[in-house]
Amino acid sequence: MRAELHEKNERLWVIAVSPAIWATHFVVSYATAAIWCAKVAGRDGSLSGARWAIFAYSVAALAAIALVGWNGWRAHGYRGGRIPHDADTPEDRHRLLGAATALLSGLSAIAVVYAASVIAFVRSCA
Amino acid sequence: MRPGPIDVEPLPKAPPEELRRAQEQRLMAAWETPKGLRYWSAVNNTQVGLWYSGLAFLFLLFGGVLALVMRVQLAVPGNDLLTAQQYNQFFTMHGTVMMFLFAVPIFEAFSILILPQLLGARDLPFPRLSAYGFWSFAIGGVFVCGSLFFGAAPAGGWFMYPPLTTAFQKGVGADIWLLGLSFIEVASIAAAVELIVGVLKTRPPGMRVNLIPLYAWYVLVVAVMILFAFPPLIAGDLLFELERTLHWPFFDAARGGDPLLWQHLFWIFGHPEVYIIFLPSIALMAMIVPTFAQRPLVGYGWIILSAVGTGFLSFGLWVHHMYATGLPGVSLGLFSAATEAVALPTGVQIFCFLATMLAGRVVRSVPLLFAFAGLFTFVIGGFTGVMVGLVPFDVQAHDTYFVVGHLHYVLIGGALFPVVAGLYYYWPIVRGRKLSDRLGRVAFWLMIVGFQVTFLPMHLTGLLGMPRRVFTYLPGLGFDRLNFVSSIGAFVLAAGIAVVVFDVVRPKRGEARCARNPWNAGTLEWLAEMPPDKPWGVRSIPEIDSRYPLWHQPNFLRDVDEGRFYLPDAEEGKRETLITTPVDARPVQCLRVPGNTFVAFWAAVFTGGVFIFATFHWWVATLASGVLAFVTILAWLWTGTAVVPEKPEKDVGLGLTLPLYQSGPRSVGWWALFITMIGDMTAFFSLVFGYFFYWTVHEEFPPKSATGPGVFWPALALALLAAAWLLTQLARGFNRRDRYVEYYGALVAGAVLAASGGAALVAAPLRTGLDPTAHVYPAIVWVLVVWTVAHVALGLVMQLYCAARRLAGRVSAVHDIDVANTALYWHFLAITFVTTIAVVAGFPLLA
Repeated sequence: MRAELHEKNERLWVIAVSPAIWATHFVVSYATAAIWCAKVAGRDGSLSGARWAIFAYSVAALAAIALVGWNGWRAHGYRGGRIPHDADTPEDRHRLLGAATALLSGLSAIAVVYAASVIAFVRSCA
Repeated sequence: MRPGPIDVEPLPKAPPEELRRAQEQRLMAAWETPKGLRYWSAVNNTQVGLWYSGLAFLFLLFGGVLALVMRVQLAVPGNDLLTAQQYNQFFTMHGTVMMFLFAVPIFEAFSILILPQLLGARDLPFPRLSAYGFWSFAIGGVFVCGSLFFGAAPAGGWFMYPPLTTAFQKGVGADIWLLGLSFIEVASIAAAVELIVGVLKTRPPGMRVNLIPLYAWYVLVVAVMILFAFPPLIAGDLLFELERTLHWPFFDAARGGDPLLWQHLFWIFGHPEVYIIFLPSIALMAMIVPTFAQRPLVGYGWIILSAVGTGFLSFGLWVHHMYATGLPGVSLGLFSAATEAVALPTGVQIFCFLATMLAGRVVRSVPLLFAFAGLFTFVIGGFTGVMVGLVPFDVQAHDTYFVVGHLHYVLIGGALFPVVAGLYYYWPIVRGRKLSDRLGRVAFWLMIVGFQVTFLPMHLTGLLGMPRRVFTYLPGLGFDRLNFVSSIGAFVLAAGIAVVVFDVVRPKRGEARCARNPWNAGTLEWLAEMPPDKPWGVRSIPEIDSRYPLWHQPNFLRDVDEGRFYLPDAEEGKRETLITTPVDARPVQCLRVPGNTFVAFWAAVFTGGVFIFATFHWWVATLASGVLAFVTILAWLWTGTAVVPEKPEKDVGLGLTLPLYQSGPRSVGWWALFITMIGDMTAFFSLVFGYFFYWTVHEEFPPKSATGPGVFWPALALALLAAAWLLTQLARGFNRRDRYVEYYGALVAGAVLAASGGAALVAAPLRTGLDPTAHVYPAIVWVLVVWTVAHVALGLVMQLYCAARRLAGRVSAVHDIDVANTALYWHFLAITFVTTIAVVAGFPLLA
């Protein structure tokens, strides 16, 4: 077994990183909009500053998710592995976690785009 | 210590017959279920899981009867079977019972029952904690339900919105809800901790993460969700009860509070709750579908995507219950986006099931029928969910019967039908006989037809404008016929459930016992022997090479039964199971699990007393019950946890010797504490969220008139508590190096510093004249301080406990579980006090 596949180097929580990026993006966007509307622009004010901020968060979040997802994708195809990754080997364990990471990154990216699409439609705090 | 091997080939020969009999006798003696009155002292998962599931089913029936009475009331316009007040209590209790006493507990109950079997473990790591959770659930549940018979039940709807429930409902109903359910929520978190550690640490050797049964993946996700979803509600309950009892104005707009904070905290819990209910039911399907398709589930990785993805996204939906509260459009948009996004992972798993059925050879059966009923119904509920997830539609449908129709499609399709499927599927493991196929089919048709007839018309009733939660309606508004049809349907559905109940309770003496693995399933729980009279779980703990060992590992059943695998014996007469690593499941410890006791029962009784007596403001009794609970739990910890074994390690079979004692991150107790503290942090940060929530709703926060808490006392508290934290960390090192004087000195000095730090923290709002009843600002500062000081008090007890344990010879340089856990607790405590002080003393300097 190659040293890199030793379980000490495998992190179970890596599969949750992309969803966690989505969650952070979501909370920070929500807080930015809430504080902007409550403290800066007022309830009928323009959303413009917050929209730019949310746009920037979205680009950053998508970039980070892409990175995590790419790593997962590479692990999924480790040494030519194919699904269902159900062999009793460290290789298949590594591939399965990679596949789950890649899939969850895809979902997280979609969810970030969904959230970001809000600023395309909503322009004021009303 | 190096983890053990996970691939042992070839297995040794079976031990001689005589030895096997002797091993079985010893296992039986260690795991025997007590008889007579002592039966109720059992803590084994098979007993506790059974009581827990049975009681949750009883609560289901109780909630169902309430629903039937409501349907009779609504069958015709102007009916007077129930008064408005009674009707309020009925719908409140119906929702409360179904959500808190059936849907969530049934998952925990069922997982406690089945998870060890599924993982080839003898028991979960903390059986007494499970028993404590069960007894808490039983006491709290009976208390909350009982209130209905005294006309004292809560009447504010299952989400208890203030100010209705704080300013306009004077009785004890809301207190019963708040305190009774807080108590049950604590039990839920206890179960979640148990299940997370169970999935991560008690898997059989070789069950790598890519081989875990999907049910266990779901259990892991759902238990983690409970850890983040329930604490905000506990925090909300705390604020709510402080307002009702001590008049601290958290939700009183006249004194700066805001009822919307309750809605936020409630729904941060309440929406994930729906998925906490739904995912375990889907998990049951993930076990049932492969069995009846006779092939592995298609899309294992996709199921993980579904489980984890839904788990995360479900936390971004809570405001969709609050679309009508006037939040800014951009906030609504964000939550609407997440609401639509969650449909993706939810749908993926359903496609996986369909693909599995298409790819396999389907065996018709009652469990599968109910699984289909669940999928069909849930998908319709999901579609209406996508509809109400859209703000413009929801504003129309909000608070109408459309939502009642939607939520019942989701919950009955997503929970009740799959649970009945699970009941039919797993009944042989519980009783050694199958339930009747014929009665099952009758029940299926009655339930599916009855359900549709009840709830489909409600969508129309709602679109026509009938609001929820009205005890009657006028004739001629177009509601009459639809309501009558719904009421008929409700009784057909109830008849179906009655058939299931009859099938379960009818005597089956003459009927054939079923064979082992009656459905020809592939997963470990079907190792169960028939009849199921072996309380030890598995005969020997197997080594796993595949996702469906009973299908794919040759001679598997024989090898397990002949005791060729691990721990085939209980030489010392103790209850034992294997602890493995989280990723590859390499064995690292032979864990002694505690045996039967009444201490968990008494601990639950006294803890329950605290909550129940507080409801009626019987403060002396509350205090007495609290002291008894404290003493009982301390006695439980002292005698039953971190026990030093008689020898350092033991031979567990297959040439493997494992330690009997592990501390720090290697011990299950450390993991459990870590996980519990994550839940605790979530509750704490919910309170911090409250502080900043008030900041956003007020022009001036802190208000100009605020006099405290100032900087001096909080800074002093910070210095003292930081020193206490440091000494606690040092104590661990002193203990390891056997430096007695320094060890005791650090702990005692740490305790003194903790006490002074706590006092200084209380002095901050006290000396600066913050009156918590005057305005929400002093109230939220006080609540953060009180929360922190309560945690400091617990930290102080732990410091003294560690000192006492070493004095008593129960802690040594090697055996230091207690000290390591105390050090870990103090890390979390440090986060708590630093945050509290930064917020209450630091933020006013910035704002």
